[in-house]
Amino acid sequence: MTATTTQQLMTINMGPQHPSTHGVLRLILELDGETVVKATPHIGFLHRGVEKLAEYKTYHQFITLTDRLDYLAPMSNNLAYVMAVEKLLDIEAPKRSQYIRIILCELTRISSHLLWLATHALDIGAMTVFFYCFRERETLNDIFEMTAGARMNLSYVRIGGVARDLPDGFVEKVREFVNDFPARLKDYETLLTKNKIWLMRTKDVGVISAEDAINYGLSGPSIRGSGVKWDVRKSEPYSSYDEMDFIVPVGQNGDVYDRYIVRIEEMRQSNEIVRQAMDTIPKGEFIADIPDVALPQKENLKKSMESLIHHFKIITDGICPPAGEVYSCVEAPKGELGFYIVSDGTKNPYRIKIRPPSFVNLEGLQKMIEGRLLADVVAVIGSLDIVLGEIDR
Amino acid sequence: MSEVSAIAKRLKEKFPKAVTKVKTFRGELTISIDKDYIGKVAEFLYNDKGSDFDYLSDLCGVDKSRLDDSNTFEVVYHLYSLNQNHRVRLKVEIPASNPSIDTVTNVWKTADWHEREAYDMFGIIFEGHPNLERILTPEGFEGYPLRKDYPLKGRQPNSLREVYRKGKE
Repeated sequence: MTATTTQQLMTINMGPQHPSTHGVLRLILELDGETVVKATPHIGFLHRGVEKLAEYKTYHQFITLTDRLDYLAPMSNNLAYVMAVEKLLDIEAPKRSQYIRIILCELTRISSHLLWLATHALDIGAMTVFFYCFRERETLNDIFEMTAGARMNLSYVRIGGVARDLPDGFVEKVREFVNDFPARLKDYETLLTKNKIWLMRTKDVGVISAEDAINYGLSGPSIRGSGVKWDVRKSEPYSSYDEMDFIVPVGQNGDVYDRYIVRIEEMRQSNEIVRQAMDTIPKGEFIADIPDVALPQKENLKKSMESLIHHFKIITDGICPPAGEVYSCVEAPKGELGFYIVSDGTKNPYRIKIRPPSFVNLEGLQKMIEGRLLADVVAVIGSLDIVLGEIDR
Repeated sequence: MSEVSAIAKRLKEKFPKAVTKVKTFRGELTISIDKDYIGKVAEFLYNDKGSDFDYLSDLCGVDKSRLDDSNTFEVVYHLYSLNQNHRVRLKVEIPASNPSIDTVTNVWKTADWHEREAYDMFGIIFEGHPNLERILTPEGFEGYPLRKDYPLKGRQPNSLREVYRKGKE
């Protein structure tokens, strides 16, 4: 091989139909041999114009569209949006509904992280973990089904509370899951954490320093893997998270392995949060009694004329929050998920901007894989835990 | 709360002409900035120890033409400080006829894709941006979908269909 041929760069196309791109991400890779010189992500294949659609929906109608952003964690999306609307309206959900939101959000976090672990390990070549994780996800999906009626797109949160109270048998089923889960987590860790192949594929791969992570705007486990101790649940507690006792795990090196460790530990913490919330959940209403904005309880529609009228008015006319603008964010499984709502005082939002964590995290990909090997690209994409539904919107 | 309003105060002292309006709504501080100063203000807020806005949460455009009759666009910056744990919103009005503004990618690298998205959706030109291309819409897309004059069921002209057809053959 002559010196000129080693200088030659090869451009290859990875995706949009590639199993390890987790959807429809397309990467243009410029390679020097097996080394990545430049990686350019091309996104937008799943663009549905959610922000444009929002301007033609009422505030209640838009809740279902938020499910379709990060479709692996619908509860967090619902909550982030509804909390922004509640902030705009200046109302607060009843304590019980806040606890219900916490329980389901943390269960979706576990569910989302499980899917991440399953596919991430599969990408790198560990098959067994995939089946174990999907077994646990099945239990979680059953729990979501009995609560919200749907397994994936829950749309369970309502402005001022949640759609309905926790069903009979919920507590027992979740308790059983919460008690079993730590042992299951141990199983995954036995398979991976000290596995030599796993260590070789993930240690010192896709490194990003804390300063870069902040400057690139990473959030969630992706920034915590670099040692930045920042979690929206702790720094700006919402929905009674300040009453929960949990720790925020951080990594040190900012490599794929540290992001893996952080997410594993987060699952353990989420499990404990669910346990605490179940133990201390207060009695009371699951949706606020504010007739002109919050939907009345479904049961009352059969008995009370006034409830029926309010329900009809809210569904047909929508609600009109005061003119103004708010930004509200939550800690979604992927990072800081924010909604910026501009209201002009009518029943349709004037403008909704979604701040999707995956979109911003993916931006850091170029920084992480430059100068690395082609095989590492798959590991790094997996470690960012992206969902194209919320990147493309 | 007091420390948040201190940011506006300090900014006013540093750039008396830059701050056009300060508003607090639902506990969120919004500072309107004159278009010419955004680069300097961003750099100041990033470096200043007291405000320390090291994290750009979000950057987006807003088409204000149906909100008032001003026929302006707005670029909205959501800043966050990891150390001080406070937020601020910066707003810059730019005329819809000539929507251009300085980039902030030299301060926060994360602004790169956000600015590309704002360009894609509103046609806002960010001067000095390293790679200002469409990001979410396909190649050959015409118009700016999030502008208020773009219809909800906007059809693309034949040009885009031709782009697709060529790809098929």
